[in-house]
Amino acid sequence: MDQTVEAAAQQTSRRLPTWAMVLAFTLLVAFLGLVYFGLRNSMAGPLSIGQPAPKFTLQTFDGQVVDVRDLEGKIILVNFWASWCKPCEDEAAALEEAWRRYQADGDVVFLGVDYVDTESEARAYLEKFNITYPNGPDLKSSISDLYNISGVPETYIIGPDGTLKYAKKGPFLSINEIIMVVDGLRQGNTGAGS
Amino acid sequence: MKLNRMIRPTSTRFFLAGLLFLLALTAVTFQPASAQAPTPSDDEVNAIAKHLYCPVCENTPLDVCPTVACAQWRQQIRDLLMEGRTEQEIRDYFVARYGDRVLAEPPRYGFNWLVYVLPPVLFLAGAFVVYRVLRGSYRPVQQVEAPPPPPDDDPYLKRLEEELRRREQEGQ
Repeated sequence: MDQTVEAAAQQTSRRLPTWAMVLAFTLLVAFLGLVYFGLRNSMAGPLSIGQPAPKFTLQTFDGQVVDVRDLEGKIILVNFWASWCKPCEDEAAALEEAWRRYQADGDVVFLGVDYVDTESEARAYLEKFNITYPNGPDLKSSISDLYNISGVPETYIIGPDGTLKYAKKGPFLSINEIIMVVDGLRQGNTGAGS
Repeated sequence: MKLNRMIRPTSTRFFLAGLLFLLALTAVTFQPASAQAPTPSDDEVNAIAKHLYCPVCENTPLDVCPTVACAQWRQQIRDLLMEGRTEQEIRDYFVARYGDRVLAEPPRYGFNWLVYVLPPVLFLAGAFVVYRVLRGSYRPVQQVEAPPPPPDDDPYLKRLEEELRRREQEGQ
């Protein structure tokens, strides 16, 4: 009986101290939390049509600050591009042409978000394609993170109610493709999708 | 005497004027040369680029990344070096524009510290646990003393020996 008690006491003293177990458990939880949040961010899928569009502020190359919250009630076309992106060049002229078509009416806004680019090359690109709608750098990739883009070009169209109405990965093939979507939204057709 | 006095100041004045002219000429000649920084070599650019990562080409250091975007970034580094920016200033410039993700090593502040602290702490904790487990499983071999020899006057042994002896004799 005495031997049993002694053995149990020895076993207890061999276990880790409580503070060490609490510390180990805390570290493990912290590590798993980091892994979870890292995976959640990296594995997050694309935005879905109909969800509220992420709000952002864009400082343009001209120094203007455009806040999409101030554009509520308008159709906002957000185009992600880069000067090093060849497919972006394919749609640049069509986007500008579409912008000029809607610019006077004032109910449609085009915003260009320059993704991971150097400013000199970006300005040269805008000049080359004579792009006149507001364009600005995506500082720290904050806007592309919000939209969780997978590459460039990608285009999102936000409806007057602030929800996402359309998403497109890859370039527009023609101005008609842009017009079809935007005109559909202007006529109240909210069934647009990617 | 008088003539000499007149001549001397005149020659001195000419000498000073000539000296000033030469100095001015020197200044004009060398000013553009000193303002124009030499073009940084590829090695100088790559020394900074290897500590940066382009977000488009994940896990590829900027100095060996073959894409157009990376080439533009390297050119940006060259331009900034020509402006006289230091390596740290150039890194800060890229972080300001593209975020922390462009750095080869996460900056040491906020939650980023966990990246540096957690692995060694977990390693040490694991080593400690292994040590404790191994120490717990190790049992020193106890010296087991041999049982004392049976006493000579054991009646059972006496009977056994007698019986053996008897059988041996019968067998012979």
